[in-house]
Amino acid sequence: MKILICISNVPDTTTKIKFVNNNTAFDTAGVQWIINPWDELALTRALELKEANPGAIEKVTVIHVGSPASESTIRKALAIGADDAIRINAEPGDAFYVAYQIAEAVKNEKYDIVIAGIESSDYNGSGVGGMIAEQLGISSVSSVSKIDIENGNVSLKREIDGGSEAIGVTVPFVAIIQKGITKEPRIPSMRGIMMARTKSLKVIEPTVSESMTEFLGYSVPTAKSACKLVDPENMKDLVHLLHTEAKVI
Amino acid sequence: MDFEFSEEQLMIRQAARDFAQRELIKDVTERDTHGIYPEQHIESLKALGFFGMAVDPDYGGGGLDTISYLLAIEEISKIDAAVAVIMSVHNSLACYGISKFGTAEQKEKYLHKLAAGEMIGAFLLSEPEAGSDATMQRTLAEDKGDHYLVNGTKNWITNAKHGDLYLLIAQTHPEKKHHGINALIVDKNTPGISLGPHEDKMGLRSSDTHSVMFTDVRVPKENRIGEDGFGFKFAMNLLETGRIGIAAQATGIAAGALERSLNYSKERKSFGIEIANHQAIAFKLAEMAVKVENARNLYLKAGWLKDQGKPYSLVGSMAKLYAADIAMEVTTEAVQIHGGYGYVKEYHVERLMREAKVTQIYEGTSEIQKVVISRHLIRE
Repeated sequence: MKILICISNVPDTTTKIKFVNNNTAFDTAGVQWIINPWDELALTRALELKEANPGAIEKVTVIHVGSPASESTIRKALAIGADDAIRINAEPGDAFYVAYQIAEAVKNEKYDIVIAGIESSDYNGSGVGGMIAEQLGISSVSSVSKIDIENGNVSLKREIDGGSEAIGVTVPFVAIIQKGITKEPRIPSMRGIMMARTKSLKVIEPTVSESMTEFLGYSVPTAKSACKLVDPENMKDLVHLLHTEAKVI
Repeated sequence: MDFEFSEEQLMIRQAARDFAQRELIKDVTERDTHGIYPEQHIESLKALGFFGMAVDPDYGGGGLDTISYLLAIEEISKIDAAVAVIMSVHNSLACYGISKFGTAEQKEKYLHKLAAGEMIGAFLLSEPEAGSDATMQRTLAEDKGDHYLVNGTKNWITNAKHGDLYLLIAQTHPEKKHHGINALIVDKNTPGISLGPHEDKMGLRSSDTHSVMFTDVRVPKENRIGEDGFGFKFAMNLLETGRIGIAAQATGIAAGALERSLNYSKERKSFGIEIANHQAIAFKLAEMAVKVENARNLYLKAGWLKDQGKPYSLVGSMAKLYAADIAMEVTTEAVQIHGGYGYVKEYHVERLMREAKVTQIYEGTSEIQKVVISRHLIRE
C-alpha cells in the first residue's frame, strides 16, 4: 500500500497579512512559510498508520506544487518522516490547476490512499482533494476525522451534521481530512532532520494547463470593534447600545 | 561573513521551539512550584534526539554542530530553563567530556548509552568549600593499584538523582595541588554513594539538584579519563564548553521575557492606548531587544569558533558573562512592564527572573568570567 499526501506551502498562521500592488498581490516579504496545518496532520496520521501496520504500507510520499523556494517546507515533511517527495515546478494557481498537476503526476504511480487537507490556511479553497479524485477517476470521502487500517482494510469516520458516519472504503481513494485525524502534528527528530537531505525529492515540470480563475483583488476584513461589557443589572443600557450602536434591534 | 543559518539549523530551532511552546509550557508552573522533575518531557526529548545531539553518529548520536545545539537550548530556555539545564549538563559536559577525552573503550562502553539517553550524565566538581576556586578539591580518590577509593562530598549537582553516569573530579595527589586532580567515570549505582536532600532552589526548581556523598567508593582504574593528574584540565575544558550552553540558556531566559513583554504590552492598555505605545515602555522594549540580540550574537560566535576548531574560551566567557547579566536585567524589566501581573506566577516572568539569577552563578560566576576574560586580554 502506498500513501500520497498533498501538501501546501502556506504563511505561518501568526503572519500579519498585507497586500501590495494596489491590493492585487499578497506581500510575502518577511513571511515564514510552513506546511499547511491540515496537511501536516495528514502526514502525521499517515506515518502513524505506517508504524502501526509494519510492512503493510510500503511508503508515504508527499507531493507539492510550488517553486524552488518551497523546498524547505518539503524537506520539513521529509524530516517529519515522509519517505520521498515530489515537487511539481510551478506556481500553484487555483485549485483546479493544482489538482490537475497532481493527478497528472501520479496517475501512473497508483497510490492507494491520497490524502489532502480539507483546506489550506491561506486561500481556504477546499477544492483540491475532490478535484484530484475526479481527475483520477477514483472515489473521495470528505470531512474525514478518523482513518484506520486493519488487515489491509481501510475504515473512516466522517463528520456529518449532528453526528458522524462510519465508512468502509476500497482503495484507491482520496481522503479529504479535517482536524481531529490525529492529536498534534509530529515534531521532527534530530535524526529525521539530518536524514531529510538524503531522501529523494523529485522535481518534475508541470503539464500544460491553465488556472480557471484569477485573483482580481484582496481586502482584509474590517476590524472588529472593541467589546463592551454591560452590567447585568443595567438592561436599559444594553438595549440602548443594541439599538443605537449595534443597530440590531 | 555569513549570518544565515542552514536549513537544518532552522529546523532544529523550530523543533525545539515547537516542543517547548506545545509541551513544556503545559506544566512548567506546576513543576516549578512543587519542584517536580520533568520525567515525561525528558523521555520525549530523548526520543526526539535532543540528548546526545552532538555525539558522533558512529556512537548513535546526532552528529550535530554546536550552533544547532545552542539554538535548541535557547528555545527550550524561553519556556523552561530547568529542562534546558538538564539537557545542557548531559550534552555539554557528560557527552562532550567522554567524546573528546574518553578512551576508545570508555566511548564504546558509555557513549552509545549517553547518545541514546539510556544514561543521563552529571558533572561533579563543586564542593562545600570548592566553588570558584576549583583547585581546592577535598574529595579524595586514593590510588589503590587497580582502583581508586573515593571519599568526600560534592555539592549542587544537577542530574544527581536522575543521572546514571557521574563525571567525578577528585584529588589523588594533594601534594601536587591541582596537578594531582583526576577525573573518573563513576556509575551512580556503585556502593557507597548517597544523595543529600533535593535542594529547594530559588529557580530551576524542577531540575534535580543534590549533594552527593562518597564513602569508600571503589572506582576501577580504567574509568580514569586521561593521564594521572589530568582531572583539573579536564574540568576546565568542560566548563569552557559548558558555559556557551549556559550563555544560550541565559539568552533564552531573556528572550522569553522579551517575547512575553512584547505580547503583553501590545495588549494591555493604560491612559487609553496600548502600553507599548508609551515611550516609557517602548524604550524598555528597545533596550531589552538590543541586549538579547547582542547576547545571541556572542554565544553564536563562540559556538561558531568551536565548530571551526578555533579557540573559543575568550568569546565563550564573554558570551556567558554578558548573557547572564542581561538575563537579570531583561527579566527584571519584564516584571516591571507586567506590573502587578508580573509579580504573580500566571504570567511566567517572575519565574524567568528567578531562573536568570543562577546563570550569573553556575558554570563559573560572572566574577570568574571577568578573571578569564581579563587574563586573556593581558596575556594576548
